[in-house]
Amino acid sequence: MYQGLNFEAVSLPPGAEAFRAEVKSFIHEHLAGMKPVARADSWNGFSAEFSRKLGARGWIGMTWPKKYGGAERSALERYVLLEELLAAGAPVGAHWIADRQSGPLLLRFGTEAQRAEFLPRIARGELYMCIGMSEPDSGSDLAAVRTRAVRSNEGWRVNGRKLWTSYAHRCHGMILFCRTGAKEEDRHGGMSQFLVDLDWPGITIRPILNIAGEHHFNEIIFEDVLVPFDRLVGQEGQGWAQVMNELAFERSGPERFLSAFALFQELVRALGPEPGERAEAAIGRLVAHLATLRRMSISVAGQLQAGRTPDVEAALVKDLGTGFEQELPEVARLLLESEPFAGSADGFAAALAQTMYYAPSFTLRGGTREILRGIIARGLGLR
Amino acid sequence: MLFDAACRLFEEGAGKECRLAAEQGEFPEALWVKLADAGFLHPSVPEELGGVGGDALDEFAILRAAGRHAVPGPLADTMLAGWLAAACGVKVPEGPLAVAPVNFTDRLRLHKAAGNYKLEGEARRVAWASAAREVLLVAETGDGGSALVRLEPGGIRRAREANMAGEPRETLAFRNFSLGASLVTKVEVADLRERLLQRGAAMRAALMAGALEGVLARAVTYAGERVQFGRAIGKFQAVQQELAKLAGQTAAALTAAEGAYGAISRGGDSLAAIAVAKARVGEAAGIGAAIGHQVHGAMGFTHEHDLHFLTRRLWSWRDEFGNEARWQIVLGRAAARAGGEGLWPMVSAI
Ligand SMILES: Cc1cc2nc3c(=O)[nH]c(=O)nc-3n(C[C@H](O)[C@H](O)[C@H](O)COP(=O)(O)OP(=O)(O)OC[C@H]3O[C@@H](n4cnc5c(N)ncnc54)[C@H](O)[C@@H]3O)c2cc1C
Repeated sequence: MYQGLNFEAVSLPPGAEAFRAEVKSFIHEHLAGMKPVARADSWNGFSAEFSRKLGARGWIGMTWPKKYGGAERSALERYVLLEELLAAGAPVGAHWIADRQSGPLLLRFGTEAQRAEFLPRIARGELYMCIGMSEPDSGSDLAAVRTRAVRSNEGWRVNGRKLWTSYAHRCHGMILFCRTGAKEEDRHGGMSQFLVDLDWPGITIRPILNIAGEHHFNEIIFEDVLVPFDRLVGQEGQGWAQVMNELAFERSGPERFLSAFALFQELVRALGPEPGERAEAAIGRLVAHLATLRRMSISVAGQLQAGRTPDVEAALVKDLGTGFEQELPEVARLLLESEPFAGSADGFAAALAQTMYYAPSFTLRGGTREILRGIIARGLGLR
Repeated sequence: MLFDAACRLFEEGAGKECRLAAEQGEFPEALWVKLADAGFLHPSVPEELGGVGGDALDEFAILRAAGRHAVPGPLADTMLAGWLAAACGVKVPEGPLAVAPVNFTDRLRLHKAAGNYKLEGEARRVAWASAAREVLLVAETGDGGSALVRLEPGGIRRAREANMAGEPRETLAFRNFSLGASLVTKVEVADLRERLLQRGAAMRAALMAGALEGVLARAVTYAGERVQFGRAIGKFQAVQQELAKLAGQTAAALTAAEGAYGAISRGGDSLAAIAVAKARVGEAAGIGAAIGHQVHGAMGFTHEHDLHFLTRRLWSWRDEFGNEARWQIVLGRAAARAGGEGLWPMVSAI
């Protein structure tokens, strides 16, 4: 009825359950004994070793063409893989962005040479990418970026600062979003994307500790960095449209409601098989939310598979999903008397603390709640 | 699409006068004839038992449309009675029907007494009993089975109430109530009453999801028309954010309700999917009704305006056939039994 409210039922393809069993046994083999506090890190967990193992199984870039190292599986099979990994709290952070965003961007807009060079390495779990969008003066207002690439004889010269770049200190490359056109152009024009190696001269990466005291994101300074011409991704000046295309993929995945799943699991474990009606109602409510979000997210995955761009639906899933994730620790803490402490030997107390530290970020990263609701309002025809 | 066809019929046949008259106790005869002619009463009952022989998802489409247009009369209740008759292998009776019991606390018991039967117990808040041509009751027989009992409402002691939307809800009382064997169909199903309540919950979820769609459509339209401070209130970001929240709740409700019917349609155990639907949609109903009213200002608080036909139904339906807590407990109990390791397999199987 409105753009953005299409959540038609999509069922997982035949064979999905057999594939799920395969993923489960892989997880069992490689991650048995992982601590709750580590599982609570969810897609923030970074393990090159685990990423390479996934790559060896053909489970990174699994929907991509075989000639680029992909496995030509469907988006819905990929969905099954992702939800099983996330539900197990697998450390998927190393390759997550490259698999979800950078790879698909190159597939769609990259040159043949770029695809041939980078996609197979991403798919093997060897090449990790980060997102260079935010800047000191450009958060929600992405069009306000100041970092600029200027054409010279040898290539593009880049100057500026990127901020909040997750795992820049452990990634090899970045998809840099910056200005290439004149300022006077329309707000969304004159933007371009580049694939940048983070060890190039002129790039300085500085850690920023987060509220958990952990080094997750960074500040990156570009000083006269020379970017070869062949590292422009897509068309000069089309960066804005290209980025908007990425966002439907970024926003609707199961990571938008499973970030706090480890805590839910620890809660249920700690409550035991007969927790009483009050606790049953509370966890049953969470189950109802989770099962519904999952259906919505699968619907979006099916629509993406069918070649549509359900960007309003994606915003809606992320808004509801991150709200759910944020609520989870608030519900959990009142069901079990326990004080959150990340270093605790008690799995619940540790997962509770870890989830609470990261909870504020759920509705910031990848587009704030308010920005998402603006997108939904546009879908309703209000803007 | 069936949903669109149903919406068209309801737009023409179930206007404001019809709704108001129904609240005053007048049965919507003209509308009823149209519903019956369109085959909307028993969409998923097999043809040989008097239905249309369609899929459970057809039932979802019709109820969603009925919720969206706040259709007066016992459509869902007649549908539920039809389901019950068919589940017992009985041909669906003609005309408007009622079912009982409709909540988790009421039980009816049937005993044999000198060649006949006696019915005992009370069924509260039965929808549209007096207007029904027959009331279909589920009673426990004491031998582990159940029985379907068919009665005309005239002979039953009834106390009339209503829900917040003015839909009749009646208490039926049976004390040493004698009935002939021809009115009784015994079935081997021990949990017939539970299955009736589950189907009823799925129906209320479908109605509520549709009603939320109606609230959203009205609120968005109103926000585009009402001008304050020199512009349409829908241009204010605060209003937009609330409407986006309402859209989210509506989308979640539609997804959850359709999910329940998807599970019913596939066959097998649909308990968890129905519990998800009633719990999630019920929660959305409260949030959605509140946002709908906030956006409509004082105008939406008047009897004159149409919004209340939807919101009063939402407030009523979420408590019928088990409120959110009831169904959350069903899910929470299953999750607790599944335990930490079993939690995800349980959720991903719903
Ligand atoms: C853990 C974490 C990891 C991140 N990783 C990356 C990364 O790898 N790469 C990257 O590029 N970025 C990353 N980000 C940055 C993220 O994309 C930004 O935080 C986000 O876009 C919001 O920008 P901001 O923080 O500057 O907030 P601001 O835009 O300053 O917003 C502050 C508040 O104002 C509200 N607001 C702003 N504008 C409006 C408006 N028009 N209407 C209504 N409300 C408004 C916002 O919703 C928010 O509540 C990360 C952030 C976090 C927290």
